[in-house]
Amino acid sequence: MSQDITHDEVAHDHHDHDHKPKGFVKRWLMTTNHKDIGTLYLVFALAMFMVGGAMAMIIRLELFQPGLQFVEPAFFNQMTTMHALVMIFGAVMPAFVGLANWMIPMMIGAPDMALPRMNNWSFWILPFAFTMLLATLFMPGGAPAGGWTMYPPLVLQGGHNVGFLVFAVHMMGISSIMGAINVIATIMNMRAPNLGYLNMPLFVWTWLITAFLLIAVMPVLAGAVTMILTDRYFDTSFFNAAGGGDPVLFQHIFWFFGHPEVYIMILPAFGIISEIIPTFARKPLFGYVSMVYATAAIAFLSFIVWAHHMFSVGMPLGGSLYFMYATMMIAVPTGVKIFNWVGTMWRGSMTFETPMLFSLAFVVLFTIGGFSGVMMALAPVDLQYHDTYFIVAHFHYVLVTGAVYAIIAGAYYWLPKWSGHMYNERLGKIHFWWSTISVNVLFFPQHFLGLAGMPRRIPDYSTQFAEFNMMSSIGGFAFGLAQVLFVYIVWKTVRGGEKATAQVWEGAKGLEWTVPSPAPHHTFSEFGPVDLSKLANGEKFSILSDIDEKDDKQK
Amino acid sequence: MQQNKQNRQKDNRKVLKLGIAGSLLMVGFGFALVPLYDIICDITGLNGKTGVLATSEVKEQAIDHTVTVQFDGTVNSDLPWSLKPQVFSMEVVPGKLYSTEYIAKNIAQIDVTGQAVPSVAPNEASIYFSKTECFCFTEQLLTSGEEKNMPVTFIVSPDIPKDINVLTLSYTFFNKSRLTAAQQAAAAEAHEKI
Ligand code: HEM
Ligand SMILES: [Cu+2]
Repeated sequence: MSQDITHDEVAHDHHDHDHKPKGFVKRWLMTTNHKDIGTLYLVFALAMFMVGGAMAMIIRLELFQPGLQFVEPAFFNQMTTMHALVMIFGAVMPAFVGLANWMIPMMIGAPDMALPRMNNWSFWILPFAFTMLLATLFMPGGAPAGGWTMYPPLVLQGGHNVGFLVFAVHMMGISSIMGAINVIATIMNMRAPNLGYLNMPLFVWTWLITAFLLIAVMPVLAGAVTMILTDRYFDTSFFNAAGGGDPVLFQHIFWFFGHPEVYIMILPAFGIISEIIPTFARKPLFGYVSMVYATAAIAFLSFIVWAHHMFSVGMPLGGSLYFMYATMMIAVPTGVKIFNWVGTMWRGSMTFETPMLFSLAFVVLFTIGGFSGVMMALAPVDLQYHDTYFIVAHFHYVLVTGAVYAIIAGAYYWLPKWSGHMYNERLGKIHFWWSTISVNVLFFPQHFLGLAGMPRRIPDYSTQFAEFNMMSSIGGFAFGLAQVLFVYIVWKTVRGGEKATAQVWEGAKGLEWTVPSPAPHHTFSEFGPVDLSKLANGEKFSILSDIDEKDDKQK
Repeated sequence: MQQNKQNRQKDNRKVLKLGIAGSLLMVGFGFALVPLYDIICDITGLNGKTGVLATSEVKEQAIDHTVTVQFDGTVNSDLPWSLKPQVFSMEVVPGKLYSTEYIAKNIAQIDVTGQAVPSVAPNEASIYFSKTECFCFTEQLLTSGEEKNMPVTFIVSPDIPKDINVLTLSYTFFNKSRLTAAQQAAAAEAHEKI
C-alpha cells in the first residue's frame, strides 16, 4: 500500500500542468484527479436518482387508487425496498461524496485528495455494487422485498437475492469507508499551511465529521448483513429464534448504524446550506463556531438514540424514557443551526437566485421534517405513528426537501465553477417553484394519511384513504417530471451558455471562487499559503491558524 | 517544499492505517453486540427471556399480593402442530410452586420433533418468573396424529414489584426436524440458559 501512495504522488507531479489525460479510458476509468472523480460520482448519483425515481413513480402509480391496478403486491414490495436502497446508497450518499471530491480540495487550497488512487477505486466499486443489486430485479424470485431495513426473519424469506443484497451492501460500505478515510486524510494533512481548522468553510467541517460517522457505522452495518448472510446460508442462528437467536437483536444492530446514517445524509447538506446562505445574504455565516460545535454535538448524539426506531418493539419503561429524552435533545443543536441560518439572513442584502431559493426552501421544509421527528420521538404517541404514512412523510421531508434539496442547491451553486457556464436562471426558477409546490402536494397529505392509520409499505388500502393518496400521486408525478427538467438544465449548462466569471456570485467568498471557471484540471498545485482574506470567515480566527503554522514548521 | 510533501505522505499513510484499523474495530464491535445483547437481556429481561432456574424452596409469604399468569401458545408456520394451554390464566401467590399443562397435537401424516421457545411479557416481569420444570427444556417428539399433555412447573419470585399484577407466559413451538445440526447445537446451548 505504502508504495502505491508514493507512486501516486510521483505520478501526480508528472502532469502537474493543465492538460487532461487523453482518451476515454485514461481520462475516466483510470483517473486519479479529484475533479474527474467528483464528476463521476455526481453523474452516477444523478443516474441512480432517476432509477430510484422511476421506482417511486411505479409506487405512486399503484397507490393512485385503492385496489390492485398495475403491479403485483410482491413486485410492489420490491419497488419500495429497492427505491430506498437506490436512493440512500446510490443517489444521496454518492452525490455528497462527489461534492466532497470536487469542492474540499479547492476549499482548503489542496492540489488533490490525499489518496488519489484509492479515490478512483472507491468510486469504481459503486457501479459494480449497483449492477449486482439491480440485477436481482431480473432473477427468479425477484429483488429484495422485505424493506430497506432488512429485518429478519422477513428478509431471509426472499430467494437468493439475499446473497446479492448482502454483497452489494458490503461493496457500498467499503466504498464509503474508503471515501471517508480519504476525506479525513485530505482535511487533516492537505490544508494550505496557513489555514487553521477554525478557518475551514463549514462544508469542509460537516464532511470531516460525517467521515468519522461513516467509519464508525458502516462496518457495523457490514457486520449485521454478514450475520443475515450466515443465517441464510451457513446455518447460524443470530436472528433465528428457533436456534436460540433473537430477531430483535438485528434491529438494535441495524439502528445503531441506521440513526447515524440519517445524519450522514444530512450533515453535508447542512454544510452546503451554510455556504450558500451567506453568499446570497452577503453576510458572513452567523455563529460560525457554534455551527461547528452543533454539528459535532449532533454527530455524538446520533449514536445514543437508535432505539427510537423500536418503541413499538417493546422495551422497559426506563429504556423508552431514556431514548425519548435523548432523541428530543437532538432538536437542540439542530435548532441552533436553523437559528444561525435565519440570523445570517437577518438584515442581509438578499437576492434570490436558484441556489438560494432551494436553500430557503430547505430551511423551512427540513424544519417541518424535524418537527414531525420530535413528535415521533414521544414514545407513547409513536405507537400510533410507527409504520404508518406519518413516518413516510417525516423522512421524505428531511431527505427530499432536506438532503436532496441541498444537493440540488449545491449543484446550481457550483455548476458554473465546474462547467464554466451559467445555467439558465429562468429555467432554474421554474424548476424550483415546480418542485417545491409539487413536493408539498406529494408529501404533506401523507401526514394525514398516517394519522388516520394508513400503514406504510402496502400496495392497496381501504377507501377512506383514497383522496389523499390521489393528491399525493399527482404531486409525485409532477415532482418526477420537474427532475427531468433539472437533468435538462444541467445538460444544457454543461454543453454551453453564458460564460461564468471566476467569482460567479457577487457575494461569494471562499478559495474555490479564486480559481477560474471552469476550474482547471489542476488547482493549487503549488502547495503553499493562501490568501485568508478571500475566506468567508476572513482572518477572524487567524490566531489559531498561526499556531497551526508554527506546528507545521516544527515538523 | 519537498520535505513538506514527504511529511504529508507519511501523515496520509498514518490516517489510512488508522482508518482501516478503526473500521475493523467497528466490525468487531458489531459482532460484540451479539453477546453484549444477551448479557443485557439476562440482566434486564429485555427480550422476555426468563430468570435463572429457581430452587423449589418455597419462602413463607404473606398473601397480600397475587399475580395473574396468563398462558399463550402458538406454533411457527413451519410446524404442522396445534398447541393450546389447558387453562388460560391462573391466580398465583408469589413464592409458591404451580403447575399447568399445554396440549400439543401433531396434525401431520409424519412424526415431527418440535422445540418450544418461551417468553414472558411484560419484559420487566421476566426476571421474576422461573420454571423449575418445562417441556421447553428438551425437544418433543410427536408421532403422526399424536396428542400429548405437556407440563410446566413455575414459580413467581416474591421479589416481584407490587405494580406488576398480570404477566403472560407464551410459547412458540418450532420445527426442530427442519433445523440443521449446527442450528440444533446452538438451540441446545441457548435452551440451557432458559
Ligand atoms: C430532530 C430531528 C429528528 C428526530 C427527533 C427524528 C425522529 C425520528 C423517529 C422517532 C423515527 C422513528 C419513527 C418510527 O419508526 O415510529 C424516525 C424515523 C426516520 N427518520 Fe427521523 N428524526 C429526526 C431527523 C431526521 C433526519 C435529519 C433524517 C434524515 C436525513 C431522518 C430520517 C429518518 C428516516 C429515514 C426514518 C425512517 C426509518 C425507517 O423506518 O425506514 N430523521 N425519526
Ligand atoms: Cu433515528
